[in-house]
Amino acid sequence: MISLNINGERREVDVDPQTPLLWVLRDTLGMTGTKYGCGISQCGACTVHVDGAATRTCVTPVATVADTEITTIEGLGADAPGGLHPLQQAWLEDDVVQCGYCQSGQIMSAAELIATTPEPTEDDINTAMSGNICRCGTYGRIRCAIKKAAAAMRGEAVTK
Amino acid sequence: MSTTRRSFIKTTSAAAVSGFVLGFYARPSGPQGRLLAAEPFSPNAFIRISTDDVITIIVNKSEMGQGVYTSLPMLIAEELDADWTTIRIEPAPVAPEYAHPVFKMQITGGSTSIISSWQQFREAGATARAMLVDAAAREWDVDKAKLTTDNGHVVFGDKRASYGELAMAAAELPVPTAAPLKDPKDFKIIGTNVKRIEGPSKVDGSAEFGMDISLPGMLTAVVAHAPVCGGTLVRFDASKAEAYPGVVKVKRIATGVAILAKDFWSARMARDLLEIEWDDGENGTLSTESLRAEYSALSEKAGNVAEDEGDTAGALAGAAKTLDAVYEVPYLAHAPMEPLNATAHVREDGCDIWAGTQGQSIDQMVAAQITGLAPERIKVHTTLLGGGFGRRTNFSADFVAEAVQVANGESVPVKTIWTREDDIQGGYYRPMFLHRLKAGLDAEGLPVAWHQHLVGESIMAGTPMGAMMKNGIDDASVEGAAHMPYAIDNRRVELTNAKKRLTVLWWRSVGHTHTGFVNESFLDEVAHAGGHDPYELRKKLLADEPRHLRVLDLAAEKAGWGTPLPEGRARGIAMRKSFESFVAEVAEVSVDNGRVRVHKVTCAVDCGIAVNPWNVEAQMESAIVFGLTAALHGEITLEKGRAQQSNFHDYPVLRMDEMPEIEVHIVQSSESPTGAGEPGVPPIAPAVANAVFALTGKRIRQLPIRI
Ligand code: FES
Ligand code: FES
Repeated sequence: MISLNINGERREVDVDPQTPLLWVLRDTLGMTGTKYGCGISQCGACTVHVDGAATRTCVTPVATVADTEITTIEGLGADAPGGLHPLQQAWLEDDVVQCGYCQSGQIMSAAELIATTPEPTEDDINTAMSGNICRCGTYGRIRCAIKKAAAAMRGEAVTK
Repeated sequence: MSTTRRSFIKTTSAAAVSGFVLGFYARPSGPQGRLLAAEPFSPNAFIRISTDDVITIIVNKSEMGQGVYTSLPMLIAEELDADWTTIRIEPAPVAPEYAHPVFKMQITGGSTSIISSWQQFREAGATARAMLVDAAAREWDVDKAKLTTDNGHVVFGDKRASYGELAMAAAELPVPTAAPLKDPKDFKIIGTNVKRIEGPSKVDGSAEFGMDISLPGMLTAVVAHAPVCGGTLVRFDASKAEAYPGVVKVKRIATGVAILAKDFWSARMARDLLEIEWDDGENGTLSTESLRAEYSALSEKAGNVAEDEGDTAGALAGAAKTLDAVYEVPYLAHAPMEPLNATAHVREDGCDIWAGTQGQSIDQMVAAQITGLAPERIKVHTTLLGGGFGRRTNFSADFVAEAVQVANGESVPVKTIWTREDDIQGGYYRPMFLHRLKAGLDAEGLPVAWHQHLVGESIMAGTPMGAMMKNGIDDASVEGAAHMPYAIDNRRVELTNAKKRLTVLWWRSVGHTHTGFVNESFLDEVAHAGGHDPYELRKKLLADEPRHLRVLDLAAEKAGWGTPLPEGRARGIAMRKSFESFVAEVAEVSVDNGRVRVHKVTCAVDCGIAVNPWNVEAQMESAIVFGLTAALHGEITLEKGRAQQSNFHDYPVLRMDEMPEIEVHIVQSSESPTGAGEPGVPPIAPAVANAVFALTGKRIRQLPIRI
């Protein structure tokens, strides 16, 4: 049994300790918001937070994250008004998504960025977000929405 | 019989009704799965109005990011005068009334969703509105001509009745054969920026893609495919794979060896333990280099004639100057973000399929063949698609067919998942093409002759659509090369269909993916050789093509064509009509250490009435990124018949750090709407390649661009 703390809830899983966290989330726990896109840490679709750090779950053996705090897209907005993190709100305001498949991962990567860098520069955004592929090409809107959400979190007026 | 059924029967056959009802009551799947108990008013197959004012639109096109779950309901909501906030959507089951009006089957592709539904969906909305008005007129005992509608209500003086309140009464009325459509100047919803209906589910992780389907007792499978397209299985030993924890069964199917396990990871790990001997077949010696040599040799012989205007040979012979060039583009994988997958549950009395699919009718037909069940016993539940780009439908329904084969004979549902490697190496590609061109210029440097010979595999040949080919011409190969809009008097375009080896497939913008790059680049060569500015030459040659001219001028003007740029930067321009829409793009580039950087793209588009301008803009941005990936990175190469690329580390795609600034300008138009999903792709590669030439003097004749 491996004990996990996911979105503030304790979950016990009986799996091979080498199983990537991604498949434990998706197949064992039925939490399908975290996506499979490449399996080799190249696309970012599988990103969650482990102790606040954006982490590619497709290459993270589940045993290595026992007793850490894991946050997935399902839990990201839990404490925010309306259950939506400012990034999720900005994403909706700017109608960022297209097919949507990459977006859980995009939002999780962006969430670490603005938590650690309240006023991200273009370079900060490039560095934090270039591990996340979007085949629908929503990068431009993602960039705007990150700035908008960061401003909102700083308590500044939102400008586009 | 319920009221719903009774009213529905008015417009459709009884057989269709059962399919319809079963289809949408089978499973409340997806973010859009808000099933309602009482929906008394169903004036046609696309609309249900319930007493609580909720209007459910049944959408027969697949949502793969292009926005149909929003833009198609907008057409109905407009004519219905509905309150947009009451609109919900539901994916259509497979039934005759949901067939594509042109393709006569249920399919999403060719950027045709809005074009083909424009009339049908608005009429559906107008009919429903007329019945609601009729119901109110009877209720209030007034002449219905005196009633108006507004935001989900019928209005007469100070009387207002909501559509929900009128639904029961409307359901009892006859369906009118025709109802007048609005004058476009009265549109309130069409032409406004409407956010995606399914947007909220895509930011909180609740959106349900095919990959996310979970059913009681479900197993997950992966399949070991032949490493060479067309290869066959000789023998396999599954003993080690079968012993892997979690594996339930290993079995041979038509496309390889399937491993069924309790979860994906067990199946995936066990697959590595299979010992398989494959016979590579005749593709086993295939290499990209050998194909290039073969195509090049073929391009020097005569081909099938796709276009022959004037006397091209004579005009070339008499030209003041001639130009020659060979252009090449590689195989490309679609690589939609969601790897391919489908879930099937095959029982004695029926089969259910859950899939993010672009081609429900073909899926149904193929599944019927595999299971021996009647087609109407196959239910296709369309989930959201994590990207499609043409990969999620083809004549064999390949990944859906495979999932049905895997599940066939099993007592439980089985989800079959392709890994990213399976996808990139799967042999379903945009065909590789080689074009050999010659142009003749007159003394003023204007083109008077254009000769082009294309060599590549045909998408249509050998498929049920092969019958549409006349004189060996596959329109999907020559579109955009034959019948160019430019005024060049003598033109000859030939096509040689190379031997078909891989399963070549439509890939976002199909033939235009290569003819866009080749023709717009070679025209740029002609402009420079003749001493003309590439924009001015196009203007001259398009003097009789007002819609082309308009986007060309708009893109050039907004990009500041001809104005100075910082040192080390240059612009390139290209344009194209595809999928009935007109798009011109200007790219601004620099070259840094042998690497092309695209700083800015200015795009002008005329797609008729832009139903949802925000989404048209998004589709242009998306198409530009998709095309840039192909221009800068995309390439599948073969060695001993095997794809040399396998995942995003060696099949790179555009990322945030390479993202240019994109500016989209939409031409205001009152023409009927045309395609939006694909037309933004073709101009970007040539715009960038032409900019690279302007900057460096190096002509790019092969993609991806290498400097
Ligand atoms: S699935 Fe983990 S990075 Fe792609
Ligand atoms: S929205 Fe489709 S991959 Fe990003």
